Amino acid sequence: MVEFAGWEMPVYYSGINAEHRAVRTAAGLFDTSHMGEMEIRGPRAKDFLQRITSNDLDRITSGDGIYTALLNKRGGVIDDLIIYDFGERYLLCVNAGNKDKDFAWIEEQAGVGVEIEDISDNTAMLALQGPASERIISKLMDANIEKLRYMRLLSAKVAGVDCSISRTGYTGEDGFELFCPAEQTVKLWGEITDAGERDGLVPAGLGARDTLRIEMGYPLWGAELDEEHTPLESGIGWICRWDKNDFIGKKALIRQKEAGTENTIAGIEMLERGVPRGHYPVFDKNEKVGLITSGTMSPSLGVGIALARISRNSARVGNQLDVIIHDKPRNTKVVKLPFIEETSLERSAP
Amino acid sequence: MKFPDDLKYTREHEWVRIKGKKAVVGITDYAQKELGDVVYVELPEVGDEVVHDEQFGVIESVKTVSDLFSPLTGEVVKVNEELEDRPELVNEDPYIDGWMIQIELSEPNEVGKLLSSEDYEEYVDEEMGEIE
Repeated sequence: MVEFAGWEMPVYYSGINAEHRAVRTAAGLFDTSHMGEMEIRGPRAKDFLQRITSNDLDRITSGDGIYTALLNKRGGVIDDLIIYDFGERYLLCVNAGNKDKDFAWIEEQAGVGVEIEDISDNTAMLALQGPASERIISKLMDANIEKLRYMRLLSAKVAGVDCSISRTGYTGEDGFELFCPAEQTVKLWGEITDAGERDGLVPAGLGARDTLRIEMGYPLWGAELDEEHTPLESGIGWICRWDKNDFIGKKALIRQKEAGTENTIAGIEMLERGVPRGHYPVFDKNEKVGLITSGTMSPSLGVGIALARISRNSARVGNQLDVIIHDKPRNTKVVKLPFIEETSLERSAP
Repeated sequence: MKFPDDLKYTREHEWVRIKGKKAVVGITDYAQKELGDVVYVELPEVGDEVVHDEQFGVIESVKTVSDLFSPLTGEVVKVNEELEDRPELVNEDPYIDGWMIQIELSEPNEVGKLLSSEDYEEYVDEEMGEIE
């Protein structure tokens, strides 16, 4: 168990590698109740969210979710989040460690016609992930979940518990994130683990959550994302919509886009033994070109992989770089992201 | 958890199997459980000197990097090269297939500083008590 953003959380239940493989081949159940949830309501809610986030809510309709970011005036990432459109209200799902900061920032920006409520303490969240997820959740539902598309929402009972279900996740596999009343979490957890046992479902912890997202090249706030770097420097430039009206950080981003960014996030794979990890320096020939932001031994590939913030000049695919591991340079090469291509999400999502 | 009684132990959670003037070294069952899935082991080369209480290698699990400390002083005469390709042997069989190095002892009297299996088990119980 580790302390994480004020929560006691398991790094693993049975073992990181076993949990990781279960999610890639069958299913894993994560307790992600630490995530923060906020509701935004009121007649001005949408306009307000359009102004404080970088992606464009006009691209979604009621029942959709969208990945986006809160930016500061310099374009730095205060947090990355998913906004769900419930029609009469919006649900923001934010990082646990940033929740209080986000809430304070959002309140500060809000004017009349906007109501903000932190519902994190009453809201639990479980993530069912892996190719067997649909089969498992179907056993517990009357509603037809097969038709739910990627990043779409459904409000329905799962094992008798009122849930908001979103077809999304942080693993690269098909799966669902379930929001439910906090007092029902233990029941929901038990029902899903029972229903999934014969399909190979295992409980999965923070460790596997990290190795799974690294294999997909998904950024993590605090590693690839922070307030000092913009989405354009962090591999998530696609969440900045230039055609929508002004949003906080847009001016700085446009200036940066015109000037060009020096660094980017690249995928790196080891060409020799060793595990690349956060903060290890990266060299191109004899010049330091950046730092590893996240790294691990890839349970799927059996080789060390990493995300690194490095100079664009060194980030072309195939370029060989050295990472300093335990005081020795080790040979690596830049690879295309994601590290893993054939996943159940790729097979099911449009 | 296993604490074979023919072995000696250290507070750094290494085990030692003494054979005359030679000693085989690995990490204990408790240590491998605490680390979780071992994914990388870096060991010295044959001919290198290792010194009592000083670092001789690195062991990494998915989430952690830990130094390995030598229980005794001497010259490395054998290295378990199989751990290069199969570091998981440390988890699967810490006392036999997961051995790390064999040392030719230059200070055999240091063996007296090592813990018996009983003493080590007691030490682990205390450590686990503190965690809980």
